[in-house]
Amino acid sequence: MDFPRLVCVSDRAVLVELGARAGDEVQARVWALDHALATDPVAGQVEVVPALVNLLVVFDPMVTDHAAVRADLRDRLAVAGAAAVSGAEREVLVCYDGEFGRDLAAVAAQTGLDEEAVIAAHLAGEYRVAMYGFSPGYAYLSGLDESLRLPRKAAPVRGVAAGSVIIAGRQCLVTTLTMPTGWWIVGRSPTRVLTGDAARPFLFDVGDRVRFRRVGLDDFHRAERA
Amino acid sequence: MARAVLRVVEAGPHCSVQDGGRAGLMRFGVPASGAMDRVALALANRAAGNPAGAAAVEVSLGGLVLEVEEGRLSLAIAGGGFVVQAGALRCGSWSVVTLTEGERLSVRRGPWGAWCVLAPAGRLVVPEWLGSAATHALSGLGGGAVAAGRRLVVEEARVLPARDLPCPVWARSRDEVAVVIGPQERFFASGQIDRLLGDAFRLTDAYDRMGVRLRGPSLAPEGALGIPSEPVLRGAVQVAGDGVATVLLADHQTTGGYPKIATLAGAELDGFVQLRPHDTVEFRAVTPEGAAGMARVRAAALARMRMT
Repeated sequence: MDFPRLVCVSDRAVLVELGARAGDEVQARVWALDHALATDPVAGQVEVVPALVNLLVVFDPMVTDHAAVRADLRDRLAVAGAAAVSGAEREVLVCYDGEFGRDLAAVAAQTGLDEEAVIAAHLAGEYRVAMYGFSPGYAYLSGLDESLRLPRKAAPVRGVAAGSVIIAGRQCLVTTLTMPTGWWIVGRSPTRVLTGDAARPFLFDVGDRVRFRRVGLDDFHRAERA
Repeated sequence: MARAVLRVVEAGPHCSVQDGGRAGLMRFGVPASGAMDRVALALANRAAGNPAGAAAVEVSLGGLVLEVEEGRLSLAIAGGGFVVQAGALRCGSWSVVTLTEGERLSVRRGPWGAWCVLAPAGRLVVPEWLGSAATHALSGLGGGAVAAGRRLVVEEARVLPARDLPCPVWARSRDEVAVVIGPQERFFASGQIDRLLGDAFRLTDAYDRMGVRLRGPSLAPEGALGIPSEPVLRGAVQVAGDGVATVLLADHQTTGGYPKIATLAGAELDGFVQLRPHDTVEFRAVTPEGAAGMARVRAAALARMRMT
C-alpha cells in the first residue's frame, strides 16, 4: 500500500495516513504535517488530531469540502516531508517510594533487573509525547527504555489513582483520572498534565520531549500542595 | 436581576449539564461532549431566548424531577417525546412551561426518544472547563452531573408565554441512518460491508454518552488486531475483534485501536441518539459529498426554524 493516503471520513474530515506501522520515521512525518497545519491551516480547518501513523483533519462542511481539503493537504505534504519537529522539553516529577511504585518488584522480576535498576532505566528513557488519547490529558509517551518493555497485565487493576506513572510496551503515561489499568504502575507524579491554568491547560503538546526527575516523599507532597 | 433556584429531587443516570460542546481539543484527548441531540439543544435555547450553545440540562431516559426553591422562571423543553408535568400542567417535550416557587417539574420517558433538553430562560450558573459547561462523563469535568440534591441556580431568570413548540420531522428518531463507509473498510471483507448495509441492527442497553453497542450480525474484521491507535470522529462505527459494532457518541474516546467500518453522517447523529435500547436501525451508504450536502441542508433548515 502506498502512503500517504488521504481518506474521506463522514461529512467533515480527512484522515491522512502516513504509514502502516508505528515508528520514529512515520511519527516524524505526522508531526511535520501537524506543525505545518498549525502554522498555516487549510481553509475551514476546525482541528487536527495527530496520532502514531496518521492524523485527522476535521473541517467545517459549511465552509469547504473534502476535495478542497484533500488538494490543500497534498500541497502541505509536498512541503512538510519529515522535517524534524524539535518539541519543547518538559519535566515531570516522579516518586517511586512505597505504594506509589507498587509494581516495581514485579517489573524487576520480569526484566531480570533489581528495583533500583528499573528506576534508573525508567529515568533514562528519552520520551516524546506521541499522542493524546483515551481521556482528557492521557498523553502517550514513546521512548521507554528497551529493558522495561513488557506486555500489559493479564487483567486490569481497578481504582488506580490519578497521577500514577504507568508503563506498557514502548510507552509510558501519567494518568489524569482514577481508572482501571492493565499497565505496570512504577511511580506517582505530583506534576499535573491537566494544569488547571486557563492559559496553558495541558502540560504537553504532541511532539514535546519529556524528562522524569526523581523525588522523595517529602518533595512529592510539597509539589502536590503547590 | 431575577434569580431562580431549582433543586434536583430525582435524577436518572446520565443526566448532566451540557452545552454546544468544546470543539477543537481532541488533540489533547478531549472530545467535544455537549448535548447528545444538538438540534434539541439549539431549538430549546432558541425558544428560551438564550444563545444557541448555552448551558442547559440534558435528561436521559431515567427522567428528572426538579422543584423550584426560589423565584419564578420559564423553561423550554425540546428533544424526544418525553412526558412533562409542570405544576398542574401536563404536556410533552417541545413546550415552554413556567414554574413558581414550590412547584415541581417532572420529565419522564414518553412514547419516543432517549434524550431531552431543559433550557431555562436565563443563565444557568455552572462550572466551566476550557470555556465550556459541557460535562465529560468519565472525568466529571465541566458543568457536572445532575443528581438528586444538587441546586441549579439560574441568573437573569425570565418568564415567557407558555406554549407548545414545533418538533421538526428531522428532529425525530429514525430507523434508517446514512453512513459513509470507512475509514478502515480495508479490514473488512466485502460480505461484512454488505451485512452492515443489508441487515437490521438493534441498539443494546450498553448505551451511554460515550457510545452505544449494537446487536446484529457479526462484522468481524480481518487482520486488524494491533493496528496503531488512531483518531476517532463522533459517529464512528467501530468493530471490536469479536465482530460487535459500537457507535461512538458525544463523550467518545478521541483515539481507538479498533477499525471503523463506517461513520454516521453528521446530520444523522441527532436523530440516531433518539433511538432507544432495543430499537431497530438500518444503515444506508452515502458518499462523503452526499453526507456534507446533508449537513448543509440541515444547517439551513435549523436556521429557518422559528420557535417564538
